[in-house]
Amino acid sequence: MTNDAFISVRNVKKMFGSFQAIENISIDIAHGEFFSLLGASGCGKTTLLRMLAGFENPTSGEIYIDGQPMSDVPPHERPVNIVFQNYAIFPHLNVRENIAYGLRKQKLPRAKRNEMVDEMLDLIALPGYGDRKATELSGGQRQRIALARALILRPKVLLLDEPLGALDKQLREQMQLELRALQRTIGITFVFVTHDQEEALTMSDRIAVMQGGKLLQLDTPTGLYETPHNREVASFIGTMNFFDGVVTAESGSDLTIDTKGLGEIVAPKRQTTYGVGDVVQVAIRPEKLQMADAHDPEAAHSVSGFLQNAAYLGERSHFYVTIDGVERPVAVSSQNINGSGTGFDQPRKVWLNWRKDVAVVL
Amino acid sequence: MSKTSYINRPNRPLQIYAVLFLIFLYVPVLFLPLFSFNDSIYVRFPLEGFTWRWYIELWHREPVWNSLMNSVKVGAATSVIATALGIFAAKAITRYRMPGRGPIVGFVMLPLVVPGIIFGVALLVLLSRLGVPLSLYTVAIGHMIVCLPFAIATLIPRFEGFNKSIEEASADLGENGWWTFWRVTFPIVWPGVLASLLLTFTISFDEFIMAFFLSGTEPTLPMYIWGQLRFPQQFPSVLALSSLIIFVSFFIVLIGQYLNRDVQETLVKKDT
Repeated sequence: MTNDAFISVRNVKKMFGSFQAIENISIDIAHGEFFSLLGASGCGKTTLLRMLAGFENPTSGEIYIDGQPMSDVPPHERPVNIVFQNYAIFPHLNVRENIAYGLRKQKLPRAKRNEMVDEMLDLIALPGYGDRKATELSGGQRQRIALARALILRPKVLLLDEPLGALDKQLREQMQLELRALQRTIGITFVFVTHDQEEALTMSDRIAVMQGGKLLQLDTPTGLYETPHNREVASFIGTMNFFDGVVTAESGSDLTIDTKGLGEIVAPKRQTTYGVGDVVQVAIRPEKLQMADAHDPEAAHSVSGFLQNAAYLGERSHFYVTIDGVERPVAVSSQNINGSGTGFDQPRKVWLNWRKDVAVVL
Repeated sequence: MSKTSYINRPNRPLQIYAVLFLIFLYVPVLFLPLFSFNDSIYVRFPLEGFTWRWYIELWHREPVWNSLMNSVKVGAATSVIATALGIFAAKAITRYRMPGRGPIVGFVMLPLVVPGIIFGVALLVLLSRLGVPLSLYTVAIGHMIVCLPFAIATLIPRFEGFNKSIEEASADLGENGWWTFWRVTFPIVWPGVLASLLLTFTISFDEFIMAFFLSGTEPTLPMYIWGQLRFPQQFPSVLALSSLIIFVSFFIVLIGQYLNRDVQETLVKKDT
């Protein structure tokens, strides 16, 4: 365990009967971090979150929060609070009673308690809602009440289980920004579960990408997007073009790779341990490819292809270019700067240019 | 005719069937109040005239009041205990993953289908073997067996009707199992508890077979009625008493259903 780890998940495994939900995961989360668990449904992210909350116990391994092992600590004694996916608002209590629910043990005078609830209502931008019935609220309002109910206890860690999943797109985007701002204001650790990669990229300091109970990559949003460590992460986060190839030479921090379709290209080696003769894949993001009518002598690499399809998306356009020797059409994305649609009518012959450091070897 | 879609278009034969069904179900019962106001000790047509006589006679009869009090006592004890046990059973059945859950539930519900006479005889044999004297207590024990499945059946939909994450939220907010039950679970299932209390009270109040086998010297109200049937001249007041019981039972069950009316809505809401 590193010293600055506030939450430390050590070699945790979780079995449900014979089904392995979590396969030996170790994660350190720093104090004040906005940390996301990202993955498709069934990847084990919610199970991991529920283990942090104490609703499930690891089959083996240990979870430390603030230096304390959590195995024998029941949910009601953990220094964490959770916002459930369905918010789990108490239907028989009004908004004020919902928010004040966790304050019973503190035995505060009524005036003090009301003051705290009013403060929370201000924080979540629902002042004066205290006497509303919980069942009369909209989805976004319930979500905020659930948040206030957890935050009033000043937890060391706030766990959020896909809290924005049920909201419509606009409200979701607004809440993403609000949550992020809130987290910066109060400075506590957020552990956020989501299956929405865009949401994770927008909000997180660091993201753990999970699949089938395994941790695929733990990185910053930039790290995940720009330098994915494997094909699963590369294709889960955003769109990615893959090219098969074989390493033919190694020089310093670069690899020379003979790829089908692209010919011989140079790409940074980064963390990989590939050497000459290894079969690899080269991955390039659609927006890193620049499409032009001619070969660009400035670019490190260039390849000609045939523009097959274009999709106009307003702010940008997607193009699909077939290249000889490449099985699937290559996706290219570009900003619509000139204000006259895609700027390319198809079908036609085009050139794709890219800088050598944008390619990722997997 | 856009108001009536294919699925809710009126179906004349089915409507007639439904009306006939209700008539055959309730006409025999309606004869009781009808003859209880008839000014004759003979139950036969034509009716002789309207009278409150039998009700007044009933009012002044000491044993009626005694047996009524006995039935109320047994009913109150039975309903409270059966409902309390039912709450725990329903919570266990709906909340815990336990091996053999299906068979256990079936076993708990068995008294619904086992004939009362069999349970009555069995309990009588057991109690006399154990040397327990027959009294209102033994009647209450018998009634509890009869009532428990009804209590559980009333309460299970209530427990299934709310998401378990609400209880988890309570635990997460710092309350242990006991406080979570009192602050969250119990208030949410409360309408079901009330309905169960009223239903089990009514069942116990009307129950005859168990009481027949298990009561000692103090009769319950149905036992008293049974005893009075031997005397023809008492029959009109028995009719009056029965009419009152029907009316009160009907009323209590109706209240119970009304209190528990939103259980369906909750079940639907759970999915959204």
